[in-house]
Parts: sequence; C-alpha cells; structure tokens
Amino acid sequence: MQYGVDERGYYGQFGGAYIPEMLFPNVEELRVNYLDIIESDDFKDEFQHLLRNYVGRPTPLYFASRLSEKYKTKIYLKREDLCHTGAHKVNNTIGQILLAQRLGKSKIIAETGAGQHGVATATVCALMGMECVVYMGEIDMARQRPNVERMKILGATVKPAISGSKTLKDATNEAMRHWINNPDDTHYIIGSVVGPHPYPDMVARFQSVISEEIQNQLQEVEGRNAPDHVIACVGGGSNAAGAFYHFLEDKGVNLIAAEAAGLGISSGKSAATTALGKPGVLHGSKTILMQTEDGQVVEPYSISAGLDYPGIGPIHAHLFDDGRAEFFGISDEEAMLAGVELSKLEGIIPAIETSHALAVFGKRTFGSDEVIVVNLSGRGDKDLETYIKWGKY
Amino acid sequence: MQTLMKNRINQLFEDKKDVLNIYFTAGYPSLGDTVKVASALEKAGADMLEIGMPFSDPIADGPTIQDSSQIALESGMTLELLFEQLEELRAHVSIPVLLMGYVNPVMQFGIERFCESCEQVGVDGVIVPDLPMQEYLETYQSLFDKHGIRNTFLISPNTSEDRIRQIDDCTNGFIYVVSSSSITGAKKGVQEGQLAYYQRIKEMNLKNPQLIGFGISDHQTYRTACDYTNGAIIGSAFIKQLSKDASEEGIENFVKGIKEKSS
Ligand SMILES: Cc1ncc(COP(=O)(O)O)c(C=O)c1O
Repeated sequence: MQYGVDERGYYGQFGGAYIPEMLFPNVEELRVNYLDIIESDDFKDEFQHLLRNYVGRPTPLYFASRLSEKYKTKIYLKREDLCHTGAHKVNNTIGQILLAQRLGKSKIIAETGAGQHGVATATVCALMGMECVVYMGEIDMARQRPNVERMKILGATVKPAISGSKTLKDATNEAMRHWINNPDDTHYIIGSVVGPHPYPDMVARFQSVISEEIQNQLQEVEGRNAPDHVIACVGGGSNAAGAFYHFLEDKGVNLIAAEAAGLGISSGKSAATTALGKPGVLHGSKTILMQTEDGQVVEPYSISAGLDYPGIGPIHAHLFDDGRAEFFGISDEEAMLAGVELSKLEGIIPAIETSHALAVFGKRTFGSDEVIVVNLSGRGDKDLETYIKWGKY
Repeated sequence: MQTLMKNRINQLFEDKKDVLNIYFTAGYPSLGDTVKVASALEKAGADMLEIGMPFSDPIADGPTIQDSSQIALESGMTLELLFEQLEELRAHVSIPVLLMGYVNPVMQFGIERFCESCEQVGVDGVIVPDLPMQEYLETYQSLFDKHGIRNTFLISPNTSEDRIRQIDDCTNGFIYVVSSSSITGAKKGVQEGQLAYYQRIKEMNLKNPQLIGFGISDHQTYRTACDYTNGAIIGSAFIKQLSKDASEEGIENFVKGIKEKSS
C-alpha cells in the first residue's frame, strides 16, 4: 500500500508518535492491540450492529439532480449528515469506545472543535454508561453553543480550553494534558486522523465504512464501483480519509480535498494548511503545519469551527506531498454561498465544514459524464446562528 | 557511543550529590533576562540549569510554564535570539546548562545547526520531551554525539522496566525521573506510591545518574528526591518566584530556601 500507514507508523515522511514519555505506555498499549481488537469477530459484530441499528448505516448515496444540472456533471452526495448526531464523527466514536472497553478503560476524554465530535463522544459514553469529559476552546463554545448544551444533556462535562487561540488546537492540548494526568483508567477518543500513531490509522479505519458503502452503492446505480472524483472537506481530515480510503490505491479515482481559507489564503486569517504550512510536529505527529519561521504554531482562522485547525492528518500531508490529491482553499464566503446553494437546490442545509467541499464546484470544472461523489459530512443544524449572522440567503 | 568525552554534566555527577537543577523559561520575565537569571542562579548555589525554549503548544506543561512561555514568545523570544543571548553564557556561568523544549522549533531551526549552536555557546545537554527514542536513535543521536550534546530522556511511574533499561543504555548524561503521572507544576505532594516508585528506580542500579522532577517545590520535596536519587529538578515553583521577584536577592533566597532547612 503506497498510501496506507507503514510499520513505523508513517505515511511517507509524515506521521510517527512524537509524544512525551508519560503518554508512551498508553499509546503503546493502543498500538500493540488496536489491529487485533478491531479485526476480531466479536468487535466487528458489535461495531456493525451499532452502525446499522444505532447510527443508521448505510447512509444513502443520493443523486443530486438539480446540483448536477447546475454544474453539468453527475454529482452524488454521500449522506453522512443523516448519521445519528448529524455527522460522520460518530462512526469513529463508536469504534473507539468499543476499543476502550476492550482495553478495560472506564473513562473517556475528547477534544472538540465544532462540537460534533464532542457530541458524538458524549453520545456513545451515554450509550455505554461511561464518564465523559470534553475539552472545547472557549471561542468554539460560544459559536457552537447548541452543541455545548447537547453534550451536557447527554451527561458529559464540557471543559473550556482557555489557552492560546482558544479553539480546536488548544482543546487538543488540554485533552492531552488530561491524559498525561490520568493515564490508568482513561481512553482519549481523538476526533480526527491526527495525533500519534496509531490514531490516524485507527480513525481512518473506523471512517472507511464511508468509502466501502460508496463502492457498493455506486455499483448498484452506476454499474461501477468507483467514481471519477471524490470530494471532501479537511479539518484534521477524518471524513476525507473515510471517503478516500478504499480508493487510495486506485489512481483512476481523483481525490479532492477542500481546506478552509478563511478570509483568504494570504489574509493572515486562514486555516489553509497545505497552502500556508510546512513540515512540522504538532499533537504527536509529523505533518504539514502552519507555523512561524521559529517553529511556533500559527493560530488559524475559519468561519467553520471544525476546520479551524493549523495542521492536517499525516495521511493528507502525504497525499498532498505526493500529488495524489488535489487541494483547494475555500474562503468563508465561498463556503457559505455553497451551503446556501445546496439548501435551495436540494433541500439539504449542510454543516459549514461540508460547505467547503461543495464550494469546489465553483473552483474547477468536471466533465459532463464524470461521476463525482461529495462526502456530505454533516448537517447544518448546529450552524444556524452562523448562517443567520452571515445573512445572505 | 560509550567513548564520548566527559562533559560538564558527567563531571558534576562525579563531584556532587544532591544536585539541584533549576528550570526557567528563556526571555522570562523580560526578554533580556536569560543570562542574568542563569548567572544569579549559579551564584545562589544551583548546580545545573535548564533553560526553557518557549513553544506555543507545550503539552507536557501546566499553566505556570505555559504562561511564562507565552509571555516570552510575546516579548519576541526565538531560538535564533536565544542562541545570540547565550553567546555570553560562558562568560558568566560555569555549571552545566541544558536546553529544554519541544521538537518542532528545533526541527525548524535545523537539527545540525542546533547542535552546532549548542556546542558553540557551551550548552551541555538537551531535554526534548516529545522527541521519541526511536527517532532520536535513527536521526539525532549521531549529530548530538558529534557535538558533545547529551540527550535526556524522561521516565514516569508507568514506564516499564524494559524501557527504563533501554533508555539507560542510550543515555550518557542523566535520566529525568518524572515524579508522578502528571504535567509540570502539579501539586500532588509526596505520596506513598511515589516512594515505592523512587525505591524501585533506586534498586535498578542504573548506570546513569537520575534527577527527580515535576512537583518539586520546597526543601522537603527536594530532600526526598535526594534520598532516592542524585537530586532534583525545580521548574514551576521557580517560575512563580520569578513572576514575583526576579532580583538577584530574590533568586538567592529561593535557592537557599530549597537547599537549607528553614530554621
Ligand atoms: C460536519 C463536519 N465535517 C467535517 C469536520 C472536520 O473534521 P474532519 O476533517 O476530521 O472530517 C467536522 C469537524 O467538526 C464536522 O463537524
């Protein structure tokens, strides 16, 4: 596998496990056990059962005829927005909580940006009766308030991250510190394909159900099991990793990643990591990182809390470096317009993260007989306040 | 690897027990304070110094060191500037000096250039908590050795005996014994489980000396560390001192308070 993780935990030059020794026993325990556990029949049965009966999988692959007409191509939407809790994040939290149980852990911590991963974690903790603490940047708590309340209703404790930029990066720092302080009974459910090995691979595997279903569903409607293009937004990159997963080695499938350009790539208010970053280490892995000359992490900006992160998962750093995926920087404005467009054309209000993927249609043309799958990673309920504030609909 | 020339760190442990190693953040409380604080610490009786290279995202540090790093960065501290400041280090300071920080700024500076700069200004060792052992052995060690820089590894109560032996094998300075499962600055005091852990380390008869750090804040916690190992490392407690009073006298009283029992 050219694009899978290697034995040392790397994707090309990216990945690894850059963690303080205090976290080594926990991460090593995961590394040694994760494949055996997730490939065991008992795990697979329970995972599949919950994905079907609790999450509502398989999610539809919906042919968006009016959107297709507008852009003169064939667009399918993979409806992760219809997952229980409203985004793809729950695929991963179900997988990780089953794993945590098998490792004998009783407490769960998580970080969250938009609050979708926090909600998905709080949800599975309620389901399994496990204690749950979610770290969330203070700024994100304000702009994603409904999700803060959802987590509380579900019984989780939400702790504000008040250091640095007070967003996803800082929530991740706090969760890692919490794990250092509580190594014995706690599992850290990371919400994207970031963090030290084996997290990026583990999360990608749990999300890979997305592309597995796309293969089967396309076969039924198009008589082929692979599209010409897959488009997904990239914050850390978990929905993209899941949507790309089974097509990574098939060069006939073009992979397209949409990053948040905020107010514009060179505005100084952006989160377009591949455009602005260079190789560096953050949160346990070597990846592409927005940073100063001196190696200090730059505080990112995006209208979308879920994409407001200065790095990307190492798998995406490798896909970028290798030229395997096309990357587009999508501004706040372009994303909001694309979100409203989908709402009016298809009756689906997408999450603002997802809107970044939809905005690719304004950036690039596609052939009229090409088949495109957009991963509709989440729904826009949580973003109503942002839509309202923006106002142009 | 075993034929490295002795450096100041090795000499210190040959000559002394009850080593007191004090951490402070470069460029704190004021940007130009780095060498001033170092020199005051030596005068006050510190045996070794650990100068923090501030990083924006210090995941192993508690609020005290986070805040001092943030302040130093906001004042304009960079690795480039730090090495400039340290050019006069050895005119004022003769005890061993380590640089402590996270791997990303070192990587951006360039590993080889970093090692050369350390050698040039007279830095004896480094502590980079998020640099994995494997990575160190594969790409860093030969450069560190070439420039006579000692790398320091951390161990925690959850580190397995095998791994401690492995760390002992690839170290040539000292081993940093993290006192409990925690980030820096935690106030857990000395707990019973902790003494058992110190005893276990002591009985391993490691070839490298050891210093206990994290949560050492006063004479008593320092003495406990000395009972089991070669000494202690103080960080957050000293940063708190600097934030209140960074004068030479304030620093002297702080170090005295640690070393001597108050009457
Ligand atoms: C709907 C939705 N899409 C995408 C993301 C970004 O995460 P990732 O890049 O890991 O898919 C988030 C994160 O909160 C999200 O809520």
